[in-house]
Amino acid sequence: MFRLSRREFLKSSALAGATSLLPFGSILNLSQEALASERDENLSWVEAKYYDKLQNREIQCQLCPRECRVGDRERGYCGVRENRDGIYYTLVYSKVCSANVDPIEKKPFFHFLPGTEAFSIATAGCNLNCKFCQNWEISQVRPEQINSFNLPPEKTAQYAMDTGSKSIAYTYTEPMVFYEYMLDCAKAGKARNIRNVVVSAGYIKKEPLIELCKYVDAIKIDFKGFTEKYYQDICHAELKPVMETLIELKKIGIWYEMVYLMLPTLNDDPKDIKSMCDWMVRNLGVDVPIHFTRFYPMYLLKNLPTTPVSSLERAKEIADEAGMKFVYIGNVPGHKAESTYCPKCKNKLIDRTGYRINEMNLKDGKCKFCNEVIPGVWR
Amino acid sequence: MSKSRVIVVRHTRVSDKSGRVDSNVLSSMLSAGILKLTQEKDTSDGLSHFFNPTDHIGMKTNCLSGKNSSTHPELAYAISSMLGKSGVKNKNIFIWDRSNRELKEAGFKINTSGDGPRCFGTDSYGVGYAEKLYTYKNIGSLFSRIFIDFTDTQINLPVLKDHTLAGITCGMKNLFGIIHNPNKYHSNNCDPYVADLSSMPLVKNKIKLIICDCIGVQYNAGPSFHPQWWEKYDGILMGTDQVAVDFVGYTILDQIRAKSGLPPLKKIGEEPKYIFTAADVEHNLGNVDLKNIDLVELKLD
Repeated sequence: MFRLSRREFLKSSALAGATSLLPFGSILNLSQEALASERDENLSWVEAKYYDKLQNREIQCQLCPRECRVGDRERGYCGVRENRDGIYYTLVYSKVCSANVDPIEKKPFFHFLPGTEAFSIATAGCNLNCKFCQNWEISQVRPEQINSFNLPPEKTAQYAMDTGSKSIAYTYTEPMVFYEYMLDCAKAGKARNIRNVVVSAGYIKKEPLIELCKYVDAIKIDFKGFTEKYYQDICHAELKPVMETLIELKKIGIWYEMVYLMLPTLNDDPKDIKSMCDWMVRNLGVDVPIHFTRFYPMYLLKNLPTTPVSSLERAKEIADEAGMKFVYIGNVPGHKAESTYCPKCKNKLIDRTGYRINEMNLKDGKCKFCNEVIPGVWR
Repeated sequence: MSKSRVIVVRHTRVSDKSGRVDSNVLSSMLSAGILKLTQEKDTSDGLSHFFNPTDHIGMKTNCLSGKNSSTHPELAYAISSMLGKSGVKNKNIFIWDRSNRELKEAGFKINTSGDGPRCFGTDSYGVGYAEKLYTYKNIGSLFSRIFIDFTDTQINLPVLKDHTLAGITCGMKNLFGIIHNPNKYHSNNCDPYVADLSSMPLVKNKIKLIICDCIGVQYNAGPSFHPQWWEKYDGILMGTDQVAVDFVGYTILDQIRAKSGLPPLKKIGEEPKYIFTAADVEHNLGNVDLKNIDLVELKLD
């Protein structure tokens, strides 16, 4: 972010007061009004979905399990939805702070349109506050605190087409907090045969999740840990609603994958990993891909070391023993567990290095070697 | 912990029925309060307990709820005038809040370079938040550069209101406006977050004085303005102990509620728990026991 020292700020204000308004970008030539400009002119003020009106102009949000009670002129936990006179608004509709074309494998989706690119977007905000967040500078801020640009849904879909992207990915921050915008982008994308994928913590209530799944094609859930204590202490959230989201996704039948970011000493206990895998097998089945991913010190946990690869490998062993068929290791470029193997004949189906696909041995969604059907969305 | 002195000054003519504030009356209330707080005979001598003439002094207002329920500009400017008389230059006085929009809606005039004290929001171009992420207990936040870089000391200039989540908003809750992510700290009735932030050494060492605007008090359904639960209290509340000032504010609010037939906040589960947390052994920020608060009430008319 651009910053001036106290002396520079006051000096530039004094000089600017004496000049006329000149094009934006030249500090010393900005008018006083522009110097004291309001970043919140860039907020969207579109009425939000999923909230109840209460007495005294208060509202209760029904988008995520927090169910924030929000007074007039206050915001929900996510920081991007505000109550004004009893109407709840999303402040980030079309207000994109990050946009990029990424390989789909980066999300990561390993069983969804491999080798293709996703036009990836985010607005500010998140409804969690994970101490390890690698994108905290955009997720843990209010929208007026960062730069954003206006990207209406139709333009988003058009950019996806223009860049040759096969999907639009709602990612980087927490897309559930820009729900209304994501929904409309997904509709616009769908109308152009562009797929839609969501990268999320899964902290959303059932009704909005069901509506969302009518328009998106895949969801990747960050499953932070398998104890309530971990969710509370490290993510400031609860585990149970995320488990319910996963069960609902299975019921809906949408394609989904999971990431388990492993933090040394915090969520790497093999007993908890085993409990989680057993729960997954019982409730979600053996086909859902899970990526045990390496943590790098970040944000409020710079004191922790990077995850040892041996811990990730141990977790993979536990998941394999529990019967899960597609267990990956993430953020360790070059590791053999980045590749996909046939659960039946054990041949390598997709050879990956990082986000790059080196070789594909699938035909019509089946193992080229033994014809086993491989779960995923391959076309 | 030694006794904490808290002064409540009232004058029925500080505001009229339309809400217009009489700056002369307000100035006399401020002087009386400073003199009583510091036990000096002269206001400048009183202010010298807290500030040097070369200090860059911030005044953190609370302008969240618009003109009817925010810190009165007259209060900020009256304090600026007092500081000016004690040798502090106008350009070294910073009246501020999070955003220019909120300041303007509360009746302040944005001033970054003209005559008079400075007045602008953290969201001004070139200002923003300091890059360093400060952590303390449950807090992990970026701080306004007005707080970190632009000023040496602060006067906390809150307004006393009911707050449906926190219980009340007074001095300590007003500090949520100095960080970039207060929305993350409202669960569990803002407890222990308000206490954690207020007791952070970076914060508590900079807050020299709290002067709470109680000219009008929103005593129910706050923090937004609801005229049916707004009382013309005609007061200011001042002290140096953050906890004691908030505690006295809480008792005032409950007294107004009782007068209006509303139950005390504790009875409806809206006790401001953070005040007691701030006073606990771990935070040790100030006095929450009336036995340890030297409460002085001045009625000037």
